[in-house]
Amino acid sequence: MEDQNKITFSRRNFLRTSALASGGLLIGFNFLTSCGETAVPPVDISKLNFKDFNAFIKIAENGYVTIFSPNPEIGQGVKTSMPMIIAEELDVPWEHVSVEQGALDTTNFTRQVAGGSQSIRFGWDALRQTGATAKQMLINAAAIKWNVDAASCSASEGIIKNANGDTLGYGDVVNEAAHLEVPEDITLKETKDYKIIGKDAINVDVDKIITGKPLFGLDYKVDGMLYASVLRPPAFGQILESYDASEAKALPGVIDVITIGEKARNYLNQESFDPSSHWSVRLSKTDKVVVIGKTTWDVIKGKRALKATWKDDSSTESTKTHDDELVKILDGKNLDIRREDGNIKKAFAEADRVIERTYESPFLPHNCMEPMNFFADVTDEKVHLVGPVQTPEAAAKVVASLLNRNLEDVHIDMTRMGGGFGRRLYGDFVYEVAEIANTIKKPVKLISTREDDMSLGVYRPAIKYRISASIKDNKVTGYHLKEAAINSNMYGLIPHFFPAGAIKNYKVESGNYQSNITTGAWRAPYTNFLAFAEQSFFDELAEACEKDPVQLRLDLLKNVTDGEDSNIEYSAKRMTDAIKLAVEKSNWENTKEGVHQGFSAYYSHNTHVAEVVDITLKNGLPMVEKVTVAVDCGIVVNPTGAKNQIEGGVIDGIGHAMYSDFSFENGKPQDVNFNTYRLIRMNETPIVNTFFVDSDLSPTGLGEPGLPPAGGALANAIKAATGQILTKQPFVKFLIKHDAGLKV
Amino acid sequence: MASYNLKINGKAVSVTVDEDTPLLWVLRDELNLVGTKFGCGIAQCGACTVHLDGTAVRSCSIPIASLEGANITTIEGLANDKLNPVQEAWKELDVPQCGYCQAGQIMTATSFLSQNPNPNNTEIRNAMNGNLCRCASYNRIEKAVALAAKKMS
Repeated sequence: MEDQNKITFSRRNFLRTSALASGGLLIGFNFLTSCGETAVPPVDISKLNFKDFNAFIKIAENGYVTIFSPNPEIGQGVKTSMPMIIAEELDVPWEHVSVEQGALDTTNFTRQVAGGSQSIRFGWDALRQTGATAKQMLINAAAIKWNVDAASCSASEGIIKNANGDTLGYGDVVNEAAHLEVPEDITLKETKDYKIIGKDAINVDVDKIITGKPLFGLDYKVDGMLYASVLRPPAFGQILESYDASEAKALPGVIDVITIGEKARNYLNQESFDPSSHWSVRLSKTDKVVVIGKTTWDVIKGKRALKATWKDDSSTESTKTHDDELVKILDGKNLDIRREDGNIKKAFAEADRVIERTYESPFLPHNCMEPMNFFADVTDEKVHLVGPVQTPEAAAKVVASLLNRNLEDVHIDMTRMGGGFGRRLYGDFVYEVAEIANTIKKPVKLISTREDDMSLGVYRPAIKYRISASIKDNKVTGYHLKEAAINSNMYGLIPHFFPAGAIKNYKVESGNYQSNITTGAWRAPYTNFLAFAEQSFFDELAEACEKDPVQLRLDLLKNVTDGEDSNIEYSAKRMTDAIKLAVEKSNWENTKEGVHQGFSAYYSHNTHVAEVVDITLKNGLPMVEKVTVAVDCGIVVNPTGAKNQIEGGVIDGIGHAMYSDFSFENGKPQDVNFNTYRLIRMNETPIVNTFFVDSDLSPTGLGEPGLPPAGGALANAIKAATGQILTKQPFVKFLIKHDAGLKV
Repeated sequence: MASYNLKINGKAVSVTVDEDTPLLWVLRDELNLVGTKFGCGIAQCGACTVHLDGTAVRSCSIPIASLEGANITTIEGLANDKLNPVQEAWKELDVPQCGYCQAGQIMTATSFLSQNPNPNNTEIRNAMNGNLCRCASYNRIEKAVALAAKKMS
């Protein structure tokens, strides 16, 4: 067990303080990397510079605390949970804390820090250290005032006490504290003493959200701002041949019709361009036609009035193409070995029985509710960009290069994001609006319609998995998994996830087919489908081994010794505990008549999750009633936010496994809006009951790990109810209506 | 272009726009009422829901020309001095994740509860089925509608 309270930090590097001109103390800190040696927080609060520090705490003379959070908020709740961690160690009542993000129109406010699904995990130590350091400085200031030893003083709930029973509020000593040295010896709280961490804190933006205040990129405006709508090729593999804008230009609200693309082509053709080094680059070679207008409606109408002809530039692919190519990869011998233990060949040769299945998933668009949009204003002095993007730093670099400007000229302000799911890691819309603004030299907002959003790319890649396993004496002796995916393969330590380490003879291989359809990260990349394939397969293995499906997993986990293999991040103990909690809370195999259960457990993004799905059959088709989820994410910082993430992740996983499909004909996406593309809706939604494993360990992320196990648990419940084995998503396309011919 | 007179959140307003302009873009671009969101443009997702004479409608699909003299309420007009019971319930149950669709959800729920003040769970699920939430905060939306009904009774 790691010790929570002993962390070595160079506080001199990551903390700087200053006395505010208006009274009070400002502490600038950096929770990801150490800040520059010379950087000093401003005395004028309007001059906060998020380039030097990536967060600030202000303690006012009335003792109230403002935490300036620079992190992008995409719905994962870090704007609430990260300040909670600081407030805990600073030891102030949560009601005295407010969280601020700089006003969108503040030109001084340049935040070039990307968030990421690891915010809490990486921020945990530094955020606690920052709060505790500030608290110690306040105690030290009070001790000087009282002329006593600081060690004899303590602080709690914003009040400092000494041994004589005297008290001072934080606000009473804040101006003195601002002039003290940053202390080096800090003691962090014991987890049992937490007063804020572990208690529900409601989303700090909730009032703005429920009263419709401007928060999102789409809501951002400046005087004189124009709108832009971009016409792109209808199919991947096509480029613009010619266009006729006469009808569009005749519309009264249309100001101009231009083309962009040259800057992007120059960028792609430059000698130093290395596609692998800029994973956020999604640029295409084609020219695009852009309608500039006075309002959003003007440019939507203007685009409809454009006439363009397109020509094939490379192959235009169909779903059939992808299916054939991926099967070819699975059948072939040119896969890369990602992990290999023992000798699967021997295990398979000596087996009583070998089982094999192929699992198939479609491409998926992200479909953030807020369509892609971005603002740009390009002047001789600077390039000002505002909007929702998860990788502002990379976007700024690409824009500087595209427009041939100094990086220092490029300022990006981030807004709250109407969903991310991975889509806003890619800055294609930022590059487009920068090129547009550079051409027209006026402030402009690029707006995508839903149809633009669903057809312009960066999808979850279509993937196929083929898994085979050998069984001897009712035990799994060998396991062989092959991945065939569009464009790229499972990354990082995924090949070492469970059941790696649990089965002696084990092999993971992968290969890919290079497509011109753009793909990228999608909530829980790769594992969002891999977990379904494996966790469905385990149920078949359990049946073949004549074991309860849960028992099979528990038995396999017994083969793993935690810490033995440095590539294996998951903990057999933690996974076992999560599984047992899910079993207990779900009444596994002890439910009402007519209720059928499916089980699944998966480790991803440093969090262990076990899920049990309960379904009933209505008119022979499955109704998902309930999902019981057990989660080990270490310490739960904000239980209400944590449960929200799990509820959303599980329903997202069930929804996409069940309903969402996305195919191509000759390079053209076949569904481009919600009239034909199906997302899960309220009526199809199960009740999700979430339980957390008690833990004193450092917290881990929750935005993604709830999703991967959901599809497998659902498939296993359907198998339990009807006997149908589902290997392809979305299930709704393949479900056989249950009748007497199927197993009950 | 033509001028249209409407009542929005209790105030008389006049706008001069193309006759086919959807109410959504009149609200957002002309009147700076950006709480009403754009999601799909074809009345499938509910992010743009507002009230027309108290009834929930999809503002993305109603042209301004059909709204002369209409009485519109948007999310900005729901709370006067204090939050309405639906907004209170949304806050109490910490419903939003990204928050983008929630204005539309609240507008649908408020209109539904005015017509059916004492709904059962099936009625709530049916009433809210037209509003997508990509973060899938559906469990909490369902509970918040029930809680709002309780607060209103």
